[in-house]
Amino acid sequence: MAYSFPEEVLEYVFSFINSDKDRNAVSLVCKSWYEIERWCRRRIFIGNCYAVTPGIMVRRFPEIRSVEIKGKPHFADFNLVPEGWGGYVYPWVVAMSRAYPWLEEIRLKRMVVSDECLELISKSFKNFKVLVMSSCEGFSTDGLASIVANCRNLKELDLRESEVEDLSGHWLSHFPDTCTSLVSLNIACLASEVSFSALERLVSRCPNLKSLQLNRAVPLEKLPNLLRGAPQLVELGTGAYSAELRPELLSNLFDAFTVCKELKGLSGFWDVVPAYLPAIYPVCNGLTSLNLSYATIQSPDISKLISQCQNLERLWVLDYIEDSGLDILATCCKNLEELRVFPSDPYGVEQNVALTEQGLVSVSEGCPKLQSVLYFCRRMSNAALVTIARNRPNLIRFRLCIIEARATDYLTLEPLDAGFGAIVENCRELRRLSLSGLLTDRVFEYIGKHAKKLEMLSIAFAGDGDLGLHHVLSGCESLRKLEIRDSPFGDKALLANAAKLETMRSLWMSSCSVSYGACKLLGQRLPRLNVEVIDERGTPESRPESCPIEKLYIYRTVAGPRFDTPGFIWTMDEEGNTPLGIA
Amino acid sequence: MESVITHEGLNLKETELRLGLPGSDKPEKETIYSLRNNKRAVPDSVEDRESVSDAKHETAPPPKAQVVGWPPIRSYRKNCFQPKKADSETGNYVKVSMDGAPYLRKVDLKVYKCYAELLEALENMFKLTIGSEFAPTYEDKDGDWMLVGDVPWDMFMSSCKRLRIMKGSEAKGLGHGV
Repeated sequence: MAYSFPEEVLEYVFSFINSDKDRNAVSLVCKSWYEIERWCRRRIFIGNCYAVTPGIMVRRFPEIRSVEIKGKPHFADFNLVPEGWGGYVYPWVVAMSRAYPWLEEIRLKRMVVSDECLELISKSFKNFKVLVMSSCEGFSTDGLASIVANCRNLKELDLRESEVEDLSGHWLSHFPDTCTSLVSLNIACLASEVSFSALERLVSRCPNLKSLQLNRAVPLEKLPNLLRGAPQLVELGTGAYSAELRPELLSNLFDAFTVCKELKGLSGFWDVVPAYLPAIYPVCNGLTSLNLSYATIQSPDISKLISQCQNLERLWVLDYIEDSGLDILATCCKNLEELRVFPSDPYGVEQNVALTEQGLVSVSEGCPKLQSVLYFCRRMSNAALVTIARNRPNLIRFRLCIIEARATDYLTLEPLDAGFGAIVENCRELRRLSLSGLLTDRVFEYIGKHAKKLEMLSIAFAGDGDLGLHHVLSGCESLRKLEIRDSPFGDKALLANAAKLETMRSLWMSSCSVSYGACKLLGQRLPRLNVEVIDERGTPESRPESCPIEKLYIYRTVAGPRFDTPGFIWTMDEEGNTPLGIA
Repeated sequence: MESVITHEGLNLKETELRLGLPGSDKPEKETIYSLRNNKRAVPDSVEDRESVSDAKHETAPPPKAQVVGWPPIRSYRKNCFQPKKADSETGNYVKVSMDGAPYLRKVDLKVYKCYAELLEALENMFKLTIGSEFAPTYEDKDGDWMLVGDVPWDMFMSSCKRLRIMKGSEAKGLGHGV
């Protein structure tokens, strides 16, 4: 076959293909398609910053405009990954500053970003538009000042739950008066006060501003003016939602919300004074997303609010909502797709609110579109889980956290194997699952047998032994990310399923029973994996090989071993030698 | 922990990679958890040994001490809980400066029930008399400097960020609002 489309035609066709999966498939068809595709790929997603090097990326894809990179493993969110682990974005920015002068977007998750880095970004990319830093750390408000001062076309600055060294709120005043390009600004994670007048002027001169998430330091009194300056807002995160009771403030706020006809999402609500909640009634009917997870208001107030939000698709809330509030949610919000219920008193021993498994059962009954659940509670039963599973076979994400580790079915005192088994058996499209409660190897048998679409599994304090892990690794065909803590899984299952690990993005195991010897073996057998032993007790060479290590992180990579490991991480060598790392 | 894993005929023991000589069976579970010590990066949580002991089909006793990272909640969420409790436990300390004094002091506004008590305390602290020569002022939430005493005590308590005792010619004629 000698004919083919001219390159330009193929390139044009490829420009309609945007999903990474499809682009990757296109690049595998033949050499010429690979070449054409790599020159016209504009957007790249790197799920593990250590799976590939910046050099490899810029060599293969010379014309990237948008980069998304993820760093630390998910369990870093819960302080299980020691400080200094890694995930530095600096080498990426350096490489991109040389290769991609036209870079427009950088999205980072769980990475370490320095002020130097932010300054380099602000000076290297003339058309820089979007900076999203989700759960990142390592930078201060000085770095933010560089970005806002130098990026003339900035559209999005989103600091999403990052840990920022908050030196002052002065950085916001570095936005030039000529800046009118902002579409999205999220500073909710910052503590310091920004200049309110600078903020007001910025907001009112950006006609395309769609999303504004204020921080707690912005008082309620300032909100009406801000809203009047941006009536086109689609998403709003309030600051502190409290003030002394003043009727004129309430009516001022109410009037301001009335003008926001496009508002679909609300969040913020720190320190809520319930008397001010009626101010948002004008927008309730249009809301699709409501985040009350910082609002310490009680069930009656929550219920009153929710009953007006008939079009709600996503609700994040504290367990103050209680079963009664969830009943109301189930009755009123038939479009609900995602529910997250967070604990108000996670470390308390006693139950402080009337929220049980029943609330979740009600929602599963009443909300036919429910597909994503995150639920913290203090008791659960197999019967409830079976009911939920039967009600909602369309679940995609199911994360249940029963606060007491290894809690049994509170009715029968049995393990919760049957309940979670019902979830995986009925919910055929399940992509993400987090387990809790007392679980034996049995639940993993069910998971291995049924959870064929499962991509991410989180296990804590579960299982009896290696058989459990073996079921998961041998049965879950779509598994990409597996994270396990405090479970008696050891060498056998890992070694028997070593090849599986090359089909996954990563495996995290902490406080399990994996021996140092097994890690060395894995490192030897699988050169395309990085097998990293994390142990803060000092080099594992100083202990017997059968001794279990503290933490293990295994991931596939084409980059070879890391060069930036801290002193408590050892990468297992291909030759089975004394591992790389600082002793 | 079983020493032979059979699963649908797959005798994993036969094919397992072990570190000992074939035929020798090492004790499966050594005192794994006793080898762990408490060198953790997080100094303020105590690893609960009880919760990780062998608990096959018995219900383990609930962990009494706080386990690292459990329940799995992000740290920024932890600061939002039980705000009323926190309020009653911690004081409402504000800095007090006096013109000409070499260093500042701090007072807990919660300790006082009314302006009179606060002014008396300030008088004792700085050895002065509020009156024609000294005037108490405070910085409010908006950053403005106000004379102490104009607003109700509760409103003052919630809006006062710091205090300054003005002295001399600036103070003359101001008196105080109380």
